[in-house]
Amino acid sequence: MSLADSRPAPASSLWGRLRGQRSILPGLGLSLGITLFVLSLIVFLPTAAMVGDAATLGVGGLVHLLATPRVLGAFKVSLGCAALAALTSAIFGLLIAWVLVRTRFPGRRLADAMVDLPFALPTSVAGIALSTLYAPNGWLGSLVAPYGIRISFTVIGVYIALTFVGLPFVVRSVQPVLQDMEAEQEEAAHMLGAGRLQIFSRVIFPAILPSLTAGFAMAFARGLGEYGSVIFISSNRPGVSEIVPLLIVNQLEQFDFAGAAAIGTLMLILSLALLCGIMLLQRLVRSGRHG
Amino acid sequence: MAGHVSIRDVSRRFGAFTALDAVSLDIPAGELVALLGPSGSGKTTLLRIIAGLDFPDTGQVLINGEDNVARHPRERGVGFVFQHYALFRHMTVAGNVAFGLQVRPRGLRPSKAEIKARVAALLDLVQLGWLADRYPSELSGGQRQRVALARALAIEPRLLLLDEPFGALDTKVRKELGQWLRNLHHDQAITSLLVTHDQEEALELADRIVLMSQGRVEQIGTPAELYTKPASPFVLEFLGEANRIAGVVGEGGLVRVAGTGDAVAQSIDPGHALAAAGQAVTLYVRPHDLLLEARADGAAVVRSVKVAGAFAKIEVVLADQVLTALTPLHRLPSLHLQEGSRARLVVAQGMSFPTQGAGGSLQFAAPRSFAMA
Ligand SMILES: Nc1ncnc2c1ncn2[C@@H]1O[C@H](COP(=O)(O)OP(=O)(O)OP(=O)(O)O)[C@@H](O)[C@H]1O
Ligand SMILES: [Mg+2]
Repeated sequence: MSLADSRPAPASSLWGRLRGQRSILPGLGLSLGITLFVLSLIVFLPTAAMVGDAATLGVGGLVHLLATPRVLGAFKVSLGCAALAALTSAIFGLLIAWVLVRTRFPGRRLADAMVDLPFALPTSVAGIALSTLYAPNGWLGSLVAPYGIRISFTVIGVYIALTFVGLPFVVRSVQPVLQDMEAEQEEAAHMLGAGRLQIFSRVIFPAILPSLTAGFAMAFARGLGEYGSVIFISSNRPGVSEIVPLLIVNQLEQFDFAGAAAIGTLMLILSLALLCGIMLLQRLVRSGRHG
Repeated sequence: MAGHVSIRDVSRRFGAFTALDAVSLDIPAGELVALLGPSGSGKTTLLRIIAGLDFPDTGQVLINGEDNVARHPRERGVGFVFQHYALFRHMTVAGNVAFGLQVRPRGLRPSKAEIKARVAALLDLVQLGWLADRYPSELSGGQRQRVALARALAIEPRLLLLDEPFGALDTKVRKELGQWLRNLHHDQAITSLLVTHDQEEALELADRIVLMSQGRVEQIGTPAELYTKPASPFVLEFLGEANRIAGVVGEGGLVRVAGTGDAVAQSIDPGHALAAAGQAVTLYVRPHDLLLEARADGAAVVRSVKVAGAFAKIEVVLADQVLTALTPLHRLPSLHLQEGSRARLVVAQGMSFPTQGAGGSLQFAAPRSFAMA
């Protein structure tokens, strides 16, 4: 008896590939058109206008402006805090999602609802609440104040505010994946002799990694753009705890539109590059799994 | 060394529902045993308890004399093949098969080269060597099932538990894989427990069948024993189609059909107390044991004649009961039966299950006066 399987059929014909994959979804052309139109209206046009504004400075002017310590400092604060905050969100977001999905405790539903709080809360309210909480005389701030650690009105405060707004992104992207995971895969690993830690690191974690990186990317992007909560908790000292969005606002208040546009353009390029990098990484992680 | 499994009085309840009710059975080392039963009869529940994935409320499971919850799965040496494969989706076929070896503690773990060689050998065994680098999503159902099997075999289990391993496959692939599993079982020192609700699969593959119903064991025996000496109407009807004929026992153990008075069968043990005259019986007769003879004065009327593969299926009405007879297709022309024709009906072999007394079954054959043309 032979079980030898036939080899897979050859790849689809060249003609088929030239015409593109046929789709069973109706109205693909129309919906694609609308999507592109809206996208260009609300994303591409404003971006182009901003880049145009920045271009009025000329290359020399641009480099001169962007190389100032204040601008460099702001980028360092923004990128560093957003990255660290997104990483923190990723770790604790995963933990929260895990607890919400895998454990049953009284008040779980309430806790689940509270995850969305940073989404719903006006960011300025979050900023005020956090800065009061972490001020040297606040509930949490007073705990670390005796050791000479200040949170509110320093970069640590910026980091905490960004973590606060980034956390729900991670929880909400990881949670559904954890929920849908078959218990059988874990049982199979158990039957094959894997311990709990091995089951987590070799079976569960790889399965949720794509959603975790997606959550991380969103938290990171949100952190770069966050403004409302940060300006309350940061001392906003130029070069020390001033974030890029605030710097842009400051430039605008001094009627330096071209300068603001230049900083904005650099921010845009950096964010795009970072997000592309993360997407690439994610594709690498996923590759093969979906053929 | 193959494992000997002994299950003692195992009960499992889910809330108020009893999924397993004091199940006891022994699986001798090296046998291939089929756990057969209708949907919801507790097969998966029992298998999971044997595997240590679930726990009985009362009773124990002993593998080679040891309580199996006492040990880490690694030491128990139990391989489990899930009904829905449960392959690791983010690992290649080779990665899946290697998993059980890779997670061993350092001292017991084979070297990388050894693992590679073992995986290659296992994939050859399941004839999937050429798919080693594929991901599970890129395989057909039958291929996935074989990967799951190779993965379970990688840890060299003494006991292999398979939960409807071929349930999702088409009949042809199912038969092939079944035969292949049977050969594999014979080549390895292993005890296998195969859950199925396909009675044909169980009859063909198993050394022994455990038939379950509603959380209880109905009967345990070899396929031949279950088929020829079913302990209850449930067993008989589960293992294949059967007609029920209501009749009355007459003189000499002759059974006459209730209503027409036609003599259709005779007890092979006329002295039996329960075959006494006047006793009402329900005869269970397999379709191929129902013989028909065209006769103008016959009490049965042919309702339909259908050709189903190698057999012709003839439906007749006898005293308001619809009965099905199977006859080899080549014999159909000589029977001269068409829709509407009358026939005499005789039971070549049948049994009844008296409700009184110590149970057991009564065997019946054709009336002694009857000689088939
Ligand atoms: N976790 C559970 N909670 C509640 N009831 C359960 C649970 N697992 C199984 N049952 C019930 O126990 C009974 C036996 O289930 P089991 O899965 O063992 O059946 P089965 O014989 O494997 O059926 P099938 O052939 O359909 O797979 C079913 O009625 C089922 O509803
Ligand atoms: Mg089942």
